[in-house]
Amino acid sequence: MKNNFFTYTKKQCSDLIKGIYSNKVVLMFLILCIFGISTTGKPLTYTISEVFSRFSRNTFLVLALIIPVLAGLGLNFGIVVGAMAAQIAIFFVVYWGLSGVSGLLLCILLSTPIAILFGYLTGALYNKTKGAEMISGMVLAYFADGLYYLLFLFILGGVIPINNETLMISGGVGVKNTIDLTGNLKYSLDNISMLILVRTILTLYFIVSFANLWVRKNKEGRTIQIIKLVLIPITFGITFIPMVSQFMGTDRLLLLDAITIACVIAIIYAVVKLISIRFIQKDKDTDINRLISILIVAVISYGLTYIPAIYDITLAVYLPVCTYAAIILLCGFNRWLLSTRLGQNMRTVGQSRTVANSAGINVNKTRIIAMCLSTVLASWGQIIYLQNLGTFSTYGAHTMVGQYAIAALLVGGASVQKANNKHAILGVILFHTLFVVAPLSASNLFGSALIGEYFRVFICYGVIALSLAMHAWKTLKKPEVAKGDK
Amino acid sequence: MNKLIKNIYQSIGLPRLIIFAFFILVVFAAGFYNMDVLSLMSNVLRRWGMYGILVLAMVPSIQCGNGPNFGVSLGIVCGLFGSLVSIELDIANLSIFADNKHLGAWMSLLFAVVLSALIAWFVGMGYGVLLNRVKGSEMTVSTYVGFSVIAFMNILWVTLPFTNGDIKWPIGGEGARNTITLANSFSEVLNNTASIGNQDTGLFVPTGLLLFFFLFCFIIYLFLKSKTGIAMSAAGANPNFAKASGINVNKMRIIGTALSTSLGAVGIITYAQAFGFLQMYNAPLMMGFSCVAAVLIGGASTTRARISHVIIGTFLFQGLLVVALPVANSVLTGTDLSDIIRMIVSNGIILYALTKAKGGAANEE
Repeated sequence: MKNNFFTYTKKQCSDLIKGIYSNKVVLMFLILCIFGISTTGKPLTYTISEVFSRFSRNTFLVLALIIPVLAGLGLNFGIVVGAMAAQIAIFFVVYWGLSGVSGLLLCILLSTPIAILFGYLTGALYNKTKGAEMISGMVLAYFADGLYYLLFLFILGGVIPINNETLMISGGVGVKNTIDLTGNLKYSLDNISMLILVRTILTLYFIVSFANLWVRKNKEGRTIQIIKLVLIPITFGITFIPMVSQFMGTDRLLLLDAITIACVIAIIYAVVKLISIRFIQKDKDTDINRLISILIVAVISYGLTYIPAIYDITLAVYLPVCTYAAIILLCGFNRWLLSTRLGQNMRTVGQSRTVANSAGINVNKTRIIAMCLSTVLASWGQIIYLQNLGTFSTYGAHTMVGQYAIAALLVGGASVQKANNKHAILGVILFHTLFVVAPLSASNLFGSALIGEYFRVFICYGVIALSLAMHAWKTLKKPEVAKGDK
Repeated sequence: MNKLIKNIYQSIGLPRLIIFAFFILVVFAAGFYNMDVLSLMSNVLRRWGMYGILVLAMVPSIQCGNGPNFGVSLGIVCGLFGSLVSIELDIANLSIFADNKHLGAWMSLLFAVVLSALIAWFVGMGYGVLLNRVKGSEMTVSTYVGFSVIAFMNILWVTLPFTNGDIKWPIGGEGARNTITLANSFSEVLNNTASIGNQDTGLFVPTGLLLFFFLFCFIIYLFLKSKTGIAMSAAGANPNFAKASGINVNKMRIIGTALSTSLGAVGIITYAQAFGFLQMYNAPLMMGFSCVAAVLIGGASTTRARISHVIIGTFLFQGLLVVALPVANSVLTGTDLSDIIRMIVSNGIILYALTKAKGGAANEE
């Protein structure tokens, strides 16, 4: 048994090392980041807290790129269009003077239909330019930029009368360069307390499992479901205990607490699973090595927080709970989508349109659905980004969205054909670490922050160019192999 | 008769028809608003020559099968580098040209053109090797290669040790300036050679500039009619057939790319001399897109382009932008629509061409 676990660990570790080694881009960025961090001349806490805040801001947008890759549409440079949908919604919400959670909800409500429309149009365009989606997406982004300027500089105020001196350029035609979100939408998602979040999720979960029990009348697993239904109100009740509700009333979670909670949850999950497999189901064959490794990793990472240097960092970083919850939910959604029929269809379309077509899948429709999903997610991502940033630069906020998100995804080891949540998360961490440290180290090493500034832009474009070239190179080689097979 | 009209319509194409009609409309509108149509027209002529060679750079790239060269920025940075060297060496003010300023300016221009075209040729050959590796997605790759080259050169512009006062910042600052004046070297030397009319009043024809543009058009035309040129076009039109006829397709594609990059270098120098300034850093980032749009407006597709497409396309595109700006400004006071029109028209036309590209550069399975 022990020997067995040992071999498992060895295999996992060697897989990890092999994975990093085979993925040169990740390796290179890892080295660059470590070099950058060691030469910033600033305390480590500064870099890490900066990276965490950028992580919460940008990850949602990067995750929005995964679905199109799955459906074979490549890297969706058209997420800029989704960001524009969000910005149109935000402008009107600010204009109508809504704020806080209601403003945020209205933003989402307003931007979703716009984003669906934009996504549909983008998808239709991509269907007309099959095989050249990426270049079409790039050009589309600039084209849409022109239309966006037209809307914000001329139609708003010129055609649609808008009377608001703080928003409009004096003269009444065209929107000002920057819109301050302080006092209306700033931190509207970040500031939602854990308590509300947990209660909402519990209520939703209760409704879903109740409906599940009601609709599916099969007897199997009924007891477990009933236990669930009883447990949910109990957990709900726990949140009313003063101590708990006081702890959960805050909206920012200390990194130390977050690690502790995550470790405890992981340990409980692993132990419960272990017990249920070994002692309740008495199943000897199921592989439990994964659970054991979860246990060990959780214990080790909890232990690591007692190292003074790490302890200091964990005390300096606060995480906005709701934003992170949104990111985790989206990760879950991306995984869940794969298990559905639609997700499988997308995968088939992504692998071969001809095969998908002969299997009776409506290729064009599937691609349009993928684009709609991606665009809607991108618009939500942009709302999260802007509410965290607090200033909405009307004509500049969306321009680099696509490029930064795509570069981040590629840095994480994704390619034009393969991308998942892990790539996105790793990529955001590496890319934004580099973004934070590049100007600092350059000014430290060369005495010029400008070099670092240009260097990070170069890295952003360079990594996209490199991986696009690598992809094209690979696909060029592949047909020769495929021909041999046929 | 009906068929004839249909044929003509098809050969002109819907987007060109719309843009041409719009151009005519805008010119009439300019007259209607009592604008100085003559000075507008001289502006159109100036911009025609100014952008012409950059747009011409698209032709070899399209003909050799690489599609529109979005990575023309590679040539542009070579051109900028050549001009910087020419300014740094102060060729225009060498003692041998002391009594003939005009000749000095010409020499500094020619030096910049020859040097940067040479550098660009070698850079373009390397770039061609890369594009041969990524057949089928040249446009996507070249766009990002272009972007990253601009970003990379930004680092170089900051760090290169220039000593000439025109290039350095006057006080403090690092590296080259954002815009470098050409007043002491070759500013407007082509425009003023054998020019007709007066710049301040009435029609001004920059004969030298236009002749320079047409000269390059003619050279490329001759090249395309030469043995190598025909082989290159064949390699672009049908690689398999070309291979069967004993043409080295990859070599032809490299020649096309190198030629395109060199033309890009010459193009930016012509542009800069007409403009009077060198624009450094991120200024040339989106220039490739405008050039692609211009040649597509002229009637080219992503797989076929002729010299006539360049001449017509540049005239229509730049003409539209030049005339539309003051008209739009007088119709809608306080709104600068010209840049917006440029973005919508240029990117819209590229999108249109992409949807029309069946097979060819668009990589179908």
